[in-house]
Amino acid sequence: MNQFVDALSLFMQTSVQMGTHILLATLGGILCEKVGNMNLGIEGMMLLGASVGFSAALATANPALAILAAGVAGAGGALLYAIITVTLRGNQVVTGLVLTIFGSGVSGFLGKGLSGKSLPHEISDAFAPVSVPVLRDIPVLGKMFFEQSLYVHLGLLVAIVMYVYFKRTQAGLNVRAVGENPGAADASGINVNAYKYAHVTAGGFLCGIGGAYLSLVFVPRWQENITAGAGWIAVALIIFSTWNPLKAIFAAYAFGALKGIGFKFQSVDLSLFGKPIAFSPQILDMIPYVATIVVLIFITYRKKKEYQSPKGLGNPYFREER
Amino acid sequence: MIRIVSRVEPSPFRENLLRLAAVGCALAASAAIMAIIGYNPLDVYAKMIAGSLKTAYRFHETVNKAIPLVILSLGIAIAFRMKFWNIGAEGQFYLGAFGASLVAFAFPGLPAIILLPFMLVTAFAFGGAYALVPAVLKARFSASETLVTLMLNYVALKWISFLQYGPWKDPAAKGFPKIAPFSKDAILPNFLGIHVGWVIAVALAAIMYFVLKKSKLGYEIDVLGESEATARYAGMSVTRVTLIAILLSGGLCGIAGMVQASAIEHSLSEQLSGGLGFTAVITTWLARLSPPVIIVVSFLFAVLLQGGAFLQSSLGMPATVADIIQGIIIFFVLGSEFFVRYRFAFVKAGHTAREGRA
Repeated sequence: MNQFVDALSLFMQTSVQMGTHILLATLGGILCEKVGNMNLGIEGMMLLGASVGFSAALATANPALAILAAGVAGAGGALLYAIITVTLRGNQVVTGLVLTIFGSGVSGFLGKGLSGKSLPHEISDAFAPVSVPVLRDIPVLGKMFFEQSLYVHLGLLVAIVMYVYFKRTQAGLNVRAVGENPGAADASGINVNAYKYAHVTAGGFLCGIGGAYLSLVFVPRWQENITAGAGWIAVALIIFSTWNPLKAIFAAYAFGALKGIGFKFQSVDLSLFGKPIAFSPQILDMIPYVATIVVLIFITYRKKKEYQSPKGLGNPYFREER
Repeated sequence: MIRIVSRVEPSPFRENLLRLAAVGCALAASAAIMAIIGYNPLDVYAKMIAGSLKTAYRFHETVNKAIPLVILSLGIAIAFRMKFWNIGAEGQFYLGAFGASLVAFAFPGLPAIILLPFMLVTAFAFGGAYALVPAVLKARFSASETLVTLMLNYVALKWISFLQYGPWKDPAAKGFPKIAPFSKDAILPNFLGIHVGWVIAVALAAIMYFVLKKSKLGYEIDVLGESEATARYAGMSVTRVTLIAILLSGGLCGIAGMVQASAIEHSLSEQLSGGLGFTAVITTWLARLSPPVIIVVSFLFAVLLQGGAFLQSSLGMPATVADIIQGIIIFFVLGSEFFVRYRFAFVKAGHTAREGRA
């Protein structure tokens, strides 16, 4: 029994580690979609963050600067997206796709000089798991939260701050107004474009540091296309979590657990009623996407107000055509 | 005071001039970036042109890259004209390739003249059926088709990976996870030095031009795209038009998958598309959903892709530089659309806001 609990707590710990970059990217996507902009460039912004963050870590050996650089890189990508979709009213889907191509191009170019290099010890020390005595021995949940890199806690912290921001502050309320009905928000004196710019770039910042989690903490080296589609998982989890930052924590960690199961059971023989069954990692990989479609159907079918996507999502706002 | 005003009557000449100017600015911006990172931009551009057009072999490679883009863009354009945002071309492409492979593996003995059309029709049916899923979900539950098609792309891709690493893994490949090659009769022949996919692409573009511009269905699609209420009022069956159009849209993307599997890869693989379905969304948009323009834009894109690949071998530049240039060009073109649709009006101070908004 004890052995089982230990194995489970180790599994939970790994799940969280495998979901942290997805959590940050999902939160970034939520910020962006809450002001009515669908950004399919998450993958690109994550790659920008991963490559620039890693370069900054090599150059400065300062963990805070590395995170900052990664965030600024992601925000820079998001700023391009915002100029085109908000000010120039371009198509959001196409602009997002181009941002993904652009980001992967830039990261591939930067990454040419990064492969094979290892991080300075200042960085790996700063992001090493912090073990909290006593608390880490809580069964099952102890290791999950109290023997983790500070980067993991950063993800959790951002999620909680965002939840409070949307639910309890005036600015957060305004964000919801902008996303739901920009015309009405404008009429009530909210500067719609300023809100859009601020939240789209802040979202890019989070996607950037989400990507850098991979190159700085999880892998931690540079690999070509290091995100391997995590940005698209994040696009799915934004919906799966119904635009709620707290549910995003659950969604991202559940996804991490799914990945963990895939790795674990590849080598284990299992049988059900005497027949051998195999966990195909590819079939497991399908689950988040299928689950997202199920959630999409569910939320539109239930029509419960708090689950809906922001009404203005995907539409540019033209003050003159209001 | 400066106000932004819609252009009442956009002139095609001005529009194209603006787009050309945007591409020019983009090339200048890319050149500046290249110069900063230490390359001679003129040399790079000359190499890209040479690498994609100069010899017969390179030109064929460029056309090979344009063919799937044309077919996919035609498929996407039908859906987009109806304002059905099908970004699931990637998934429909893979389903088409899967259908074609099923046929190729099930009937390896059939002569090419029967086998290839059979593969084509199956690919169309598989791609079309896969596109109907988001259409039905939208009609029944009003689930956003953008998101459903996006998700289905990855479901399809993982399905192909599953086949490649599982049931369809070729035992003759010495442990490598790959799917067995097609028989000789399942491979598209060449015509004038390039596989017949180019004939298929041009023929489909002509057919789609006719369907979209001259047929009743094309008219109904356009009306439905403008306003569903108008379509209903005019007595059209919205469901019927939607389903036919989406079947066509996904079917064409499926055909692109069949062409690519048969003519290029000679098999099925999880790398068959490599994101072509997403690139095609961009080319479709840049071509303003018009079949003849789709051919032009797809070819230019292929020049960019092939030229970029050539840079790697000739200048030792990372292949990703082509992605960067591609990104910059499209960013500029997307931005320029604003100046096509709107103009700045200078309003004298003292006018009321309402007058200024005109």
